[in-house]
Amino acid sequence: MLKIQDLHAAIDGKEILKGLSLEVPAGEVHAIMGPNGAGKSTLSYVLTGREGYEVTGGSASLDGEDLLALEPNDRAARGVFLSFQYPLEIPGVPALTFIRTALNAQRRARGEAEITAPQFLKLAREKSAALKMDFDMLKRGLNVGFSGGEKKRMEILQMSMLEPRLLILDETDSGLDIDALRIVSEGVNALRSPERSALVITHYQRLLDYIRPDRVHVLSAGRIVASGGPELALELEREGYDRYARAA
Amino acid sequence: MSLASAIAARDAASLPGRRDEDWRWTDLRGLLRTVPEPSAPLAAEAIEPGPFAGLAARSLTIANGRGDAAIEIAADQVVALDVVSQGDGSHAASVAITVAPGVEATLLESYRGEGSYLAHTALSIRLGEGAKLERIVLAVEDAEGVAVSQAEVELSAAAELVQTTLAFGARRQRLETRVRHPGGHAKLRLDGAYLLEGKRHADLTTAVVHAGLYGETDQLTKGVVRDQARGVFQGRIVVAEGADHTEARMGHHALVLSDHAEVDAKPELEIYADDVSCAHGNTVGALDEEALFYMRQRGIPQDEARAMLVEAFVGEVIDRIGHEGARDVARAWAGERLAAR
Repeated sequence: MLKIQDLHAAIDGKEILKGLSLEVPAGEVHAIMGPNGAGKSTLSYVLTGREGYEVTGGSASLDGEDLLALEPNDRAARGVFLSFQYPLEIPGVPALTFIRTALNAQRRARGEAEITAPQFLKLAREKSAALKMDFDMLKRGLNVGFSGGEKKRMEILQMSMLEPRLLILDETDSGLDIDALRIVSEGVNALRSPERSALVITHYQRLLDYIRPDRVHVLSAGRIVASGGPELALELEREGYDRYARAA
Repeated sequence: MSLASAIAARDAASLPGRRDEDWRWTDLRGLLRTVPEPSAPLAAEAIEPGPFAGLAARSLTIANGRGDAAIEIAADQVVALDVVSQGDGSHAASVAITVAPGVEATLLESYRGEGSYLAHTALSIRLGEGAKLERIVLAVEDAEGVAVSQAEVELSAAAELVQTTLAFGARRQRLETRVRHPGGHAKLRLDGAYLLEGKRHADLTTAVVHAGLYGETDQLTKGVVRDQARGVFQGRIVVAEGADHTEARMGHHALVLSDHAEVDAKPELEIYADDVSCAHGNTVGALDEEALFYMRQRGIPQDEARAMLVEAFVGEVIDRIGHEGARDVARAWAGERLAAR
C-alpha cells in the first residue's frame, strides 16, 4: 500500500525529513509518534503535496504509483485523505456543497459517474447521523463558527463520505474532549477494512486507546528511530521521548 | 462643471479628471481628448430585452438617451430602468424617481452598451416618509465604453433604501451614489460588487451624509480584479454635528488575482457627532492559499477550487439582494464572469 523510502524534505531550504522510511501494508493502521518538531506534520504535508514542502530525495508511492509526482487533487482522487490538525473555515461554501464538489471531482478523475443530488443527500444524512452531527450544520459555511471538536467531526464525516484508501490523521486528538474523541475514533474505526490503511500521527498515546494501531513508529529529528507493536506507545507514554531524541 | 454639461457643450477640457480629488482614479479628462459627437437616436425595435426583462410591471428604456424622464412610484411595484448605449457617440440623460410615502417598491436598473460611447446618466431618487425602495443596479458596459451614472438620493424619516450595485467595468465605468440621510430612523444599505477582467475599470463611489438623529447605514462592497483590470472604491460617510445615535458600518474587501490588476480604495468616516456607533474595515489581498490547499486535498482541482472561493467571496453581497428574481439574474451574471477563467 504505502511505501516511503529514504524520504528527504525541506522547508525554506531547511531539511526537516532526513531519510524517512516506512511501509504500511493494506488493512493496517500505523501510528507515528514523536516529540514536537520531529517532522510529523511535515510528513503529512509532503505526502499530500502542500506547496512549500520541497522533496529533496527519496520516494513515496501508493500501490506502486509515485505519489510525489501527482497534484494534490490527483493524490486525493487516488485515495489519499489528510485529516487536518487545524481544519480550514471556508465562509460562503456550505459543507454539503463542498463535500459534493469534492466527491464528484474525485469520481470524475477516476472516470466514474458523478453522484446524483438525491443519492448524495441520502448518504450525507446517514453518515452525519452516525457521527451524531446536526444535519443543519452541513448547510452552513464549512467549519464557520464550529468548535474544535465539531471541526474534527466534520473531517471524519468527509472521510467517511469520500471513502479514501489511505487515511492520514494529523493530531486528530488535539482539542477534543473525551466524548468527541470517542465519536471521532468510532468514525475512524468504522472505516477500517482490509483494503484501507491509516497513518495516525499523534503526540500522545491517548488516541491509540481508541484507535488501536497494528504498528507504532517513533519519529525523531526527521527519521523513524524505532518501530514496534502497540506496547511501544505505552512505553513512550511512561518514559517520554528523551532516549529517542538522544538516539537521533 | 458637471459631466452632463461637458457632454452638452462638447468641452473635453471640462471633463472631470485627476485635478478633482474625487475623480483622481477615474481621470476622464486625461483619457478623452475630445467629447465624441452626439449619439444617433436608437429605434426602440432595435433594442433587445434587458437583463431584468420580465421581472417588472413597469419599465422605462433610455437608449442613447437625451433629455429628462420621470418615474413616479405611487403604489407597491417593481419598476425596471434600462439604459442602453450604442455606437461611438456621446449622450446624457436624467431620470427623476420619486417613491410616495409608505410605498414599497423595487427598482431594477441596468446599464449595457456596444461601442466606444461616452454616456452619462443622472438620477435623482426621492423617498417619501416611510417609503421603502430596493434598488438593484447591474452595469454591463462595453469594454470600450465610458459610462458614468450618478445618483442623488434623498431619504425621508423612516424611509429605507436597500441598494446593490454590480459593476462589470468598461474602459472607464463609474457608479456613484450620494445620499442625504436625515436620520429619523431612516435606514440605508449600500452594497456593491465589482468583477473585472481584461483592461476593464470600475469605480464605485458613495457618499452619505447623516444629518439627523437615529440614522443607520450599512455598507458592504466586494471586488474581484484579474488580468490588468482596475477597481476603485471610494466610500465616505459623514456624521454631521448633532446626528447622534447614528449607526454606520462600512466594509470594502477586494481580491486581486493577478500581479497586474489593481485596486484603489479610499474608505472615509468623518464623525462630528458625539454619541455614534461607527466601524469600517478594508482589506485587499489574494486568495487564501491554505484554503486552496485544503480544497485540493479533498480532490477539487485548482481552477475549480479558485472559482468556488471567488464565488463564495462575492456571494456574500449577492445573497443580500432581497428581490429573488433579481438575485438570480445577478448570480447568473456574476457566475458567468467568474467562470470565464
